[in-house]
Amino acid sequence: MNGIHDMGGMHGMGPIPVDENGGVFHAPWEGRLFAMRRAAGAWRRWNIDAMRHAIEQVPPAQYLQASYYARHYLAFVEILLSSGLVTREELASGRPAAGQPKLTPPLTASLIPEMVAKGFPATRGAPVAPRMRVGQRVRTRNIQPVGPTRLPRYARGKSGTVIRDYGVFVFPDTNAQFLGEKPQHLYCVRFSARELWGDQADAGDCVHLDLWDDYFEPG
Amino acid sequence: MASDVDHDHEHQDVPPDVALRVMSLESLLVEKGIVDKSALDALVDTYERKIGPRNGARVVARAWSDPAYKQRLLDDADRAIAELGYAGMQGEHMVVVENTPTVHNVVVCTLCSCYPWPVLGLPPVWYKSSAYRSRAVIDPRGVLREFGTSIPPGVEVRVWDSTAEIRYLVLPERPAGCAHLNEEELARLVTRDAMVGVVRDLLPAPAESA
Repeated sequence: MNGIHDMGGMHGMGPIPVDENGGVFHAPWEGRLFAMRRAAGAWRRWNIDAMRHAIEQVPPAQYLQASYYARHYLAFVEILLSSGLVTREELASGRPAAGQPKLTPPLTASLIPEMVAKGFPATRGAPVAPRMRVGQRVRTRNIQPVGPTRLPRYARGKSGTVIRDYGVFVFPDTNAQFLGEKPQHLYCVRFSARELWGDQADAGDCVHLDLWDDYFEPG
Repeated sequence: MASDVDHDHEHQDVPPDVALRVMSLESLLVEKGIVDKSALDALVDTYERKIGPRNGARVVARAWSDPAYKQRLLDDADRAIAELGYAGMQGEHMVVVENTPTVHNVVVCTLCSCYPWPVLGLPPVWYKSSAYRSRAVIDPRGVLREFGTSIPPGVEVRVWDSTAEIRYLVLPERPAGCAHLNEEELARLVTRDAMVGVVRDLLPAPAESA
């Protein structure tokens, strides 16, 4: 999706707010929202890639005006609705629909340490052969998918070198749409800064992206 | 144009009353039994108090003190970081990249705000800002200058755009003049910003706690 989230290389976003450190959460609601996303995620009605795509679909003007957590609120509401965990009526009234038995939350406080310590690995044991090898020159495809992708616009149709094969990972482009994990090799690819940005870039500098087999031109 | 601080405060108003809406959503989700209130409390507490850049600083100090550990860290970061007890959510797959006299590394996530939670905690505002995300890849040296970091022309800048589930941690160079410090004292020299790579030179005296 050629959305506002795909910011790499854009101009005009102003100075870096280098002094904005503050606490982990700037207001209590940010922490509550952060925690609700994790806790509701334990229902496994969506996955991390679907959640990211929900954030990408926040309308561009809102995306830019909202703070990080406000943007996440907008996306979280949409994914709660589309997953069926809450209805629009419930959201509007702030009350559960009448006559529904109370559910049992899958994530309780005693499960948090294990969840935090284990996380949700994206590696898969599927015996998928790599299409590329370390040291190989590769060219990314010039694709313009309307749906989710982790191939940023600035790195499409560009040549780089595979420097590491990370093994087999879930492919987010399909996983985000609940079209399957399509496990495949993930590589770290080094692009010279000049390949991406032209002569204005420093000759020796480089940018690395982690890219899946499906992002490369054949052969 | 308003100052950055005012700018951020304006952000709080999109959507309007977001704080109230989040409160209302929490009461709905708790009442429906979708989330458990004490689980929310525990999650907030974990990321406010237990997991933060001190974890990463200990990893860096160990690498500075123990060459064999440093090699393990560069070869298999997941395993080496787990030796110190850190692992898990949003850092399941870690890679450590080393600064040297001729190489400087800096980490960004242009598409969202991926960040190595187990070793650095949750990302600061600037890491999540549109300004950082947009410019770190096209003008890393200019971005670093805004942090007061000047990279000499002979030093190669390597940007790592976290486009997948791999999370990157920068191993800064050990400052000169701290040979007498033990590992715990060394850890106090290491800042979050150096482990993201927006700061290059660490001071040989403890930094203010981040």
